[in-house]
Amino acid sequence: MNRLTPEQVQHIAELAKLELTADEVERYATDLSAILEYAQQLQEVDTDHIPPTASVLPLKNIMRADQPEPGLSPEEALANAPERENGYFKVHAVLEGSQ
Amino acid sequence: MNEFPETIYEARRWLQSGRISSVELTELYLERIRQLEPNIHAFLHVDEAYALTQARLADERRAAGEDTPLLGVPLAIKDIITVQGMPATAASRILEGFYPPYEATVVRKLREQGGVFLGKANTDEFAMGWSTENSAFGVTYNPWGRQRVPGGSSGGPAAAVAAGEAIAALGTDTGGSVRQPASWTNTVGLRPTYGRVSRYGVIAFASSLDQVGPMTRTVRDNAILLEAIAGRDPRDSTTFSRPVPPYSQQLEGGVTGMRFGLPREYLTEDVHPGIRKATINAVEQLRQLGAQVEETSLPHTAYGMPVYYLIATAEASANLARYDGVRYGYSAKAPDLQENYKRTRGHGFGPEVKRRILLGTYALSQGYYDAYYLKAQKVRTLIRSDFDAAFEQFDALVAPVAPIPAFRIGEAPTDPVALYLLDALTLPSALAGVPAISVPAGFVEEEDELLPVGIQFIGRPLDEATLFRIAYAFEQATQYGAHRPAV
Repeated sequence: MNRLTPEQVQHIAELAKLELTADEVERYATDLSAILEYAQQLQEVDTDHIPPTASVLPLKNIMRADQPEPGLSPEEALANAPERENGYFKVHAVLEGSQ
Repeated sequence: MNEFPETIYEARRWLQSGRISSVELTELYLERIRQLEPNIHAFLHVDEAYALTQARLADERRAAGEDTPLLGVPLAIKDIITVQGMPATAASRILEGFYPPYEATVVRKLREQGGVFLGKANTDEFAMGWSTENSAFGVTYNPWGRQRVPGGSSGGPAAAVAAGEAIAALGTDTGGSVRQPASWTNTVGLRPTYGRVSRYGVIAFASSLDQVGPMTRTVRDNAILLEAIAGRDPRDSTTFSRPVPPYSQQLEGGVTGMRFGLPREYLTEDVHPGIRKATINAVEQLRQLGAQVEETSLPHTAYGMPVYYLIATAEASANLARYDGVRYGYSAKAPDLQENYKRTRGHGFGPEVKRRILLGTYALSQGYYDAYYLKAQKVRTLIRSDFDAAFEQFDALVAPVAPIPAFRIGEAPTDPVALYLLDALTLPSALAGVPAISVPAGFVEEEDELLPVGIQFIGRPLDEATLFRIAYAFEQATQYGAHRPAV
């Protein structure tokens, strides 16, 4: 397998919303390449007729009665907010021309 | 008789007889924390007033006639498990100062049964690591070695219990994070069957693997603590409704006639010779106790590492997407929203967490999903099948826990593959969702230090009772766990 390029790492970081320094990009390119190369050995296992395991549980979907229960108060929900205003989480504008 | 109760079991007897009150017992442990923490740093947060309030309440409940195993017993909780009224950081800058508005079901259960919470114990950031060196708030020191790590990720709880700063603790085990630190600190650590214990209120790392596990000085205490936290939780749809057996009442009975498998893949050249020897000694001990032990094979063992590190990181990349700097935790306060996400996460997460988020994101990304993530899930099926086949023949498996004893701070392998292989002996059972317990199995000498090593018993799904029975017989026959570090 080819070595992961810094550009590829930068692209993954973009997907994962992680700001990385140039040094970090280099280091993670090396690290991820080594791990993925090691993981190549999985390709030698014949899994043509093997179903994937997403969960080891023999459980099926479990439903509970759809009854309303008390949730967090606005004060509790906002208690850890980095920024808040008028009972809302405050975020930067996401639409052009808005404030 | 000890100067003070060192186990849950002893504490109950002292409390019942009135020889000590919970307030006195809690004061005693808080005093030990004050004395020992400068050299151990097992805790990220200790709240004396909080603990003493709970202790007072426990004494009142006892005075009113209540008498349960954990009533008034001082405990440590890994800082990835939420406790109302205490911070929950997962040892990450990104959660610095976060106070959860709810608490974990396991904590609520302990609270209802009168447990006293001394504080939050150190961990590798988001439970990702081997040593607590990935904690954003400083490493924990192993009470057994000069400048050695306690293991991880539940290194804080393990060190607290080993040093006698708490009677018992709760950790979490995603790929070995309870068992490995238990083995490096001469304590007992159980990874329960996946689904036996609720994950509600436990900060998620890899949801198909995370389990809360008891960390204790003795097997009996471990059984008592599992009894207290296990069972169906309406808030965690992955919990089993099967009733919780009275584990602590089923310890006796021994191992006579039991059949054990010794998987040869767990005794490779990569395992430290002293640990191989301890494993062989444990096998001999089981035979002397009347068990049969046969060599066996779990052929897909070697694939456990890549399978785990693809699946666990994929799940982690999704779980950790929630840390966005908007609703709680650290926020970089960058000028626009996208930049704020990236900078918050880039600055807030430590190097190992970022490495895993990147690996997991890659494994799930378009074009690579089939080759990595899906392939890993298929091989996971084969790993589970290895265990299913073994348990048709054997009551339990016996194996080493970690390939090496506790390393010195700063001396972990730098190559990521070598580092991830430190988990090789605990990952397959985690992937299979089967229970496994680490019990003290002796000591190896490294650079003039005697370092503890553990032995691992791996059992059938939901058969923790058999594991406790085996572990108890082994503990009683060997008494390795009775050794205490000089703190």
